[in-house]
Amino acid sequence: MRFKKAVSAALAAAMSLTLLAGCGSGGQQNSQGSSSGGETFKIGGIGPVTGSAAVYGEAVKNGAELAVKEINEAGGINGVQIEFNYQDDENDAEKAVNAYNTLKDWGMQMLLGTVTSGPCVSVGEVAQADNIFMLTPSGTAVDCVKYDNAFRVCFSDPMQGLESAKYIGENNLATKVAAIYDSSDVYSTGIYNAFAEEAENQNFEIVAAEAFTGESKSDFSVQIQKAKDAGAELVFLPFYYSEASLVLKQAAGMNYSPIFFGCDGMDGILAVEGFDASLANDLIFLSPFTPTSEDEAIQKFVKDYESAYGGTPNQFAADAYDGIYAIKAALEKAEAASDMSPSDLCEAMKTAMTEVTIDGVTAKDLTWEASGEPSKAPMVVKIADGDYAVVE
Amino acid sequence: MSFISYLINGISLGSVYAIIALGYTMVYGIAKMLNFAHGDVIMIGAYVVMTAVTGMGLPPAAAILIAVIFCTVLGIVIESVAYRPLLNAASSLAVLITAIGVSYLLQNIALLVFGANTISFPNVLSIPALSLAGGELTITGEAFITIVSCIVIMIALTLFIHKSKAGQAMLAVSEDKGAAQLMGINVNGTIALTFAIGSALAAIAGVLLCSAYPTLTPYTGAMPGIKAFVAAVFGGIGSIPGAFIGGLLLGIIEVFGKAYISSQMADAIVFGVLILILIVKPTGILGKNIQEKV
Repeated sequence: MRFKKAVSAALAAAMSLTLLAGCGSGGQQNSQGSSSGGETFKIGGIGPVTGSAAVYGEAVKNGAELAVKEINEAGGINGVQIEFNYQDDENDAEKAVNAYNTLKDWGMQMLLGTVTSGPCVSVGEVAQADNIFMLTPSGTAVDCVKYDNAFRVCFSDPMQGLESAKYIGENNLATKVAAIYDSSDVYSTGIYNAFAEEAENQNFEIVAAEAFTGESKSDFSVQIQKAKDAGAELVFLPFYYSEASLVLKQAAGMNYSPIFFGCDGMDGILAVEGFDASLANDLIFLSPFTPTSEDEAIQKFVKDYESAYGGTPNQFAADAYDGIYAIKAALEKAEAASDMSPSDLCEAMKTAMTEVTIDGVTAKDLTWEASGEPSKAPMVVKIADGDYAVVE
Repeated sequence: MSFISYLINGISLGSVYAIIALGYTMVYGIAKMLNFAHGDVIMIGAYVVMTAVTGMGLPPAAAILIAVIFCTVLGIVIESVAYRPLLNAASSLAVLITAIGVSYLLQNIALLVFGANTISFPNVLSIPALSLAGGELTITGEAFITIVSCIVIMIALTLFIHKSKAGQAMLAVSEDKGAAQLMGINVNGTIALTFAIGSALAAIAGVLLCSAYPTLTPYTGAMPGIKAFVAAVFGGIGSIPGAFIGGLLLGIIEVFGKAYISSQMADAIVFGVLILILIVKPTGILGKNIQEKV
C-alpha cells in the first residue's frame, strides 16, 4: 500500500514538473521573440570549466570576457553591444553538442569555441549543418576547421609537430629523440605524426616512439625506460600538462633527465596544485603567447587580466582574447547588423575573415586563409626557476 | 638490465592491483556481492590524505590513519545504507546496480567538494630511491613500500581469517549464511566487518596508488578499480592468495605487454590473457570449483 502511494506521489510530482517545464520553454520563446529586434550581438562560447582540461576552458572564458568588456565599454561592434554566454563541456564531445544546443536556444549568432579538439570536431559538424560561424580559439585538430564556416586562432596539430621538429633540428638540441604520445587522442597523434614525418628531414633520429592510451595514463615507467634505454637525449611530449607532470615525476624517480620538449598543451603545468615546479625546470615548449613579452599590447592585456582574474593569462586566454577581436573585425568588415540571422551572418563573416588583419596578443598582423588556418610565427618558451621565459 | 627494471615496475603496479583486489575478493567471498564502489572508496581515501597533509598540515602517518578510519566508517555506512537492505533481495542484480550507483555518487560528491582539477598528490612516503648496479637499475621508494605493504597485508589478512574468531565467523558466513546464523554467528555484523576491512584496505591502496602515480582527480579510482576487479577474477574471486597472484600477474603482463609487444595494445593484451585463462579455468587460477547441489 505504502509503495503504491509513493508511486502515485512520484507520478504527480513528475506531472507537475512537466507542466512547469512547459511553462518554462514557453516563457523562453516569448523572451526570444521580443529580443529578435537584435539589440545585441549574441556570441556563444563553449569549453571545459570543470574536468581535466578545466585550466584551458577557464582561461578562454576569462580572456573572451575581458575582450567583450573592453569592446562594450568602447561602444560595441558597429554601435551594438555584445552579449557573451559561455557553457561548460567538461572536454566531452557529447556534452559540447548539448552546450551548443543550449546556446542555440539562447539565440547564439556566432560561436567562439570549442576550446579542445575532440569536442570541437563534433560541434563543427552541427555548426556546419546549421551554418553558424565558428572560431575556435584553441582547437588544434585538422578537422576543427574542416568546413568553410570554421576558423581558428591557434596553430593546427601538424603545424605544431612540424615546427617542433624544425626547432629541435635547427638548434641541434639532440641527435637521439624519443617521443611519447597519447594514441587515443587526436591532438597528440596529430602532432606526433607530423613530427615523425618532419624528423626525417632533420638531423636527428627518433630512437623510440612509445604510445599510451587514455585508459592507462598513470603508469609511464615502461615508456620512460624505453626512452632511457635507447639513449634519447630529448623526449618529445605532445600531450597535456596533467599527464606530463606525471612523466616528469616518474622520469625523475628513474634518474633520467633528458631535455623535455612539449607543445601548447604543456602550458599550465606550473599551475597544477601541489606540483613540484623544480621538476619542470628547463622544460621547453612551443607557445604562441608569452605573458613576459615586452610588447605593449601584451603588457596591457596581462595587466588587465591580472587585475580582473588575479592570475597570469596563458595562451588560451590570449587566443580567446584575439578571437573576440577577430570576430569584431570581421563583423565590422562585413558591416553586419545584429538583427541578421546566424546563417546570413555566417555567410558574410566567412568572406570577411579572410580580409581582416588584426594586431593581437598572440601575433602581430594576424591574418586568416580561407581554409580557416591563421598565418603567424610560433614562439618558444622555456621554464626557468619556476617561471615561463621566452627563448629568442 | 631493462628486463629486471620492467619486472620491478610490473610487480609494483601489480601490488597496487593486488591490494585493491583483496578488497573486492573479501567482500565477494563473504557477502557474495560485487562492490563496484570499491575503486571510488580508494579515491576518497586519497583525497582525505591529501586534505590532511596539505590542508591541515598533519604528518603523513597521522593523515594515513585518519584516511583509514574515514574509509572504514564510509564502508560501514555504505554497506548498511545501500547494500544490507538488498542483500536478501530476489535478484542479485539489484545490489550490483546499487553498487554502481554508489560508485557514481562518490565520484560526483568528490567533484562537488574537491573540483575536477588534477591535483598533484603530496609526497607522503618519503623514502629515497634504491640505486643498484651502478645506477642502471633504480627502485623507487614508492615501489618498494607498495610491494612490502602488499605482502604484509596479504599475510596479516590470511592469519586473521584462519586464526581469529571473527575470521572464522567470516569463513562460516561465506560457506553458508543460513547455517552460520543457526550456529549463533551475527551474519550482519560479520558482513559489516568485512566491508570495514575492505574499505580500510582501500584507504591504504589509495595512498599507495597516488604515491606511485601522483595525480589525483575524482576519477582516479575508477580504472584501477576495474583492473583490480579483473585481477580478482583472474586469481579466482573469493580467494585471498588468488587476489594476490592475480594482481601481480596482471601488473606484470601489463608492463611486459607494453614493453615487448606494443605500448598501445597493453590493455587489449591484459584482457586477452584474461579471456584465455577464463576459457581454460573458468573459476580463475586459484578459484574453487564448487558444484551446485540440487
